[in-house]
Amino acid sequence: MRKAVGAVRQFGRRVPVASLWGVVGRRPLARHGLFAVLVAIAIVIFSYQVSSYTNYNLAEVAVFVIAAAGLTLLTGVNGQISLGHGALMAVGAYTTALLLKSQPNLAMILVLLTSVATTAGAGLIFGVAAARLRGPYLAGATLALALALPQLALHFSSLFGGEEGIPITPPSAPSWLGATFSSEQWLAWISVVAALVTLVLLANLMRSWVGRTLKAVRDDEVAALLAGINVGRIQVLAFVISAGCVGLAGALFAYWVGLAAPAAFSVTLSLQLLIAIVIGGLGSLVGAVWGSLVLVMVPDLTGSLASGLNLPSSIANNLPLAIFGLVLVVAILAFPGGIQGGLKRLAGLGRSRWRQHGLRRESG
Amino acid sequence: MHTLLVLIIEGLVQGAIYAALALALVLIWRATKVINFAQGAMAMVTTYVALFVIQLGLSYWAAFAIALAFGFLLGAVVERVLVRPVESASPFNVVILTLGLYLFLEAVVPMIFGGSIRSFPPAFAITGIEVGKVQVPLSGFDLFTFGSVLVVVLLLAVLFQRTNLGLRMRASAFSPEVARLLGIRVGRMLTTGWALAAVLGALAGILIAPTLLLQPTYMDEVFIFGFTGAIVGGLDSPWGSVVGGLVMGLVLTFVGYVSPDLETLAGLAILTAILMVRPQGLFSGHRERRV
Repeated sequence: MRKAVGAVRQFGRRVPVASLWGVVGRRPLARHGLFAVLVAIAIVIFSYQVSSYTNYNLAEVAVFVIAAAGLTLLTGVNGQISLGHGALMAVGAYTTALLLKSQPNLAMILVLLTSVATTAGAGLIFGVAAARLRGPYLAGATLALALALPQLALHFSSLFGGEEGIPITPPSAPSWLGATFSSEQWLAWISVVAALVTLVLLANLMRSWVGRTLKAVRDDEVAALLAGINVGRIQVLAFVISAGCVGLAGALFAYWVGLAAPAAFSVTLSLQLLIAIVIGGLGSLVGAVWGSLVLVMVPDLTGSLASGLNLPSSIANNLPLAIFGLVLVVAILAFPGGIQGGLKRLAGLGRSRWRQHGLRRESG
Repeated sequence: MHTLLVLIIEGLVQGAIYAALALALVLIWRATKVINFAQGAMAMVTTYVALFVIQLGLSYWAAFAIALAFGFLLGAVVERVLVRPVESASPFNVVILTLGLYLFLEAVVPMIFGGSIRSFPPAFAITGIEVGKVQVPLSGFDLFTFGSVLVVVLLLAVLFQRTNLGLRMRASAFSPEVARLLGIRVGRMLTTGWALAAVLGALAGILIAPTLLLQPTYMDEVFIFGFTGAIVGGLDSPWGSVVGGLVMGLVLTFVGYVSPDLETLAGLAILTAILMVRPQGLFSGHRERRV
C-alpha cells in the first residue's frame, strides 16, 4: 500500500529539472527541512530589523503555531474535535513552572521536553476516554475539561499557587550574542525554532502511513476498520501526539507570559486554537500558520484602532473576540476551506485535475 | 440534619435550573440533532435584556416576560438564519457555528452593557419563610424557581403530547421526510423547537442570575452542568433530562458544600463516567448508540 501511494505521487508530480531539487524535492523530510531552514534564516534576519515588541509578538505567533498545528493533527486530520486544548496547554505551562521552581538552573531544552512528555501523558488519559466519543459528545466533554482543569490550580493552591499562579523568569540570551541582544528576541528565536521543528515533524508524519491512517479514520471509520486499522488505537495516538505539541506550546507560553496562572487557560484560549485552525483552513499545517497570524494580528490591529478612535475599554477589549466569533460563523456559512483553502483554490486554477482533487480532499 | 435539609432543598432548586437548560438542549437535539453550544450565551443575552428593562424602571414581571419573549425571538432567528443553511453539513461544522455564536455573544454583550459584574434582583425574598415561629430553609424565591420550571416543563409536556402543534413538531423531529410528505411545514417546526428551547434557556438564565451575579461568562458553567444533566438523562429523553438536571443539582450542591472549587471537576467526573459507562443516558429508550 505504501509503495502504491508513492508511485501515484510521483506520477502526478512534474519531472524535476534541477538535480538538487530532484534529490530534495522527492524526500519529504529533506524538502520540509530545507524549507524550514530557509524560513528560520529569514526570521532571524527579520528579528534584527524589528522592535522588541514585534519580537514579542513573533514569539506569540510561534507559540500559537505549535498549538494550532497540534490541534490540526487531531481535529483536521483525524476528525476528533477538542475544545479542551487550552487545558492541555495549562498542563505544559504548569509542568514548566513547577520544574523551574524546584530546579531553577535546568537547561531549557530539558524543561521543554519534560513538558511535552507530561502533557502527552495527560493526552493519553484524555485520549483513551475521547476515543469512545464522537461529534457533539466529544465537544461537550472536552469543553467540560477546559472549564474544570484550571479549577484544580485553585483547589490545590499550595502546590499551584492559586489565582496568582507561579512566576517564571524568562530565559536570558547567551552572552555570545552580545550585550544588547534582548530577551524578547531570544525567546522569539527559541519559539520559532520550536515551531519549525514541530511543523517539519508533523508534516512528515502526515505524509507517512500514520498520516494516511489518521485520514482514513476521519473519512470513514467503518471502512478504516475493515481495512484492518485499529481505529481506537489510532485515535488515542492522535490525541497523544497532539497533546505533546500543545504541551510544548504551553511551556513556551509560560516563558512568554512569565507566569503560569489559571486565568490564562480559559475556555477562550481553547476556542482561539479552534478559530486558528478553522480560519486558516482545517486539516492544513500551513493553514494553522495563517490562523495563528490572524489570532495575534487581529487584537493588535483592533488595539491600535481602538486607541486611535478613543473607544472605551469595554469595546476595545472585546472587539477581537467579537470579530473572531463573527468570522467563525461566516467562515462556516460561506468559506469552509478557510484561508489556505482559498489560496489553494486560487493556485489550483489551471493545474491538473489530479492535483485539484487531492487538494479538495485535504481542505474538506 | 438541618444542614442536610438545607443542602437537599438548595440542590433541588439549583437542579431545577439545570433541568430547564438540559431540557432546552434535548429539545434542540431531538429536533435538529445539534448541540447548541451557544445555549448558555443566549440565556445570558436575554438576562441582560431583562436587567436593561428593570433599569428602565419597569417591573420585574415585565422584564421577566420581555426576556422570555426575546429568547423566543432569538432562538427562532438563530435557527432560521444560522443553523438552517448548515443543516445538511457535517455535525462538526454546526458545532463550530454555535461556538462562533457563543464567542460573538459573549464579546458583544459587554460592549453594549459593560463587562463589570452586576447584581440581578430575585422575584421574591431570598430569606427563609417563617412557618409559625420556625424559619424553614426555603425562601419564596426558591419556591418560585422550582415552581416556574415545573410549570414550564408541564406546559411543554402538554404541548408535545396533547396539541396538534406538538404532534407536528414530534413528527418533524422523528422523520422529516415523511412529515414533509404529509404536509407539515418541517422548517417552521424546527424553528419553533429552537425558539421554545431558547425560552427555557432564558428562564434558567433569569432564575440563576441572582445567585451567580450577572457577567458575560456567568452561564458557562451552568451550561456545562445542564449539558451533563442532559447526557445523564439521555439526549433524546425530555423527562430523563429533567431528572438528570435535578440529579446534577443535588450532587453538585453536596460537592460544593465540601469545596466550592471542586464543583466543575465533579461535573466533569460525572460527565466522563456517564459517557464511559452508559453513553445513551440513564433514561433513553435506545439500547445502543454510537456517541
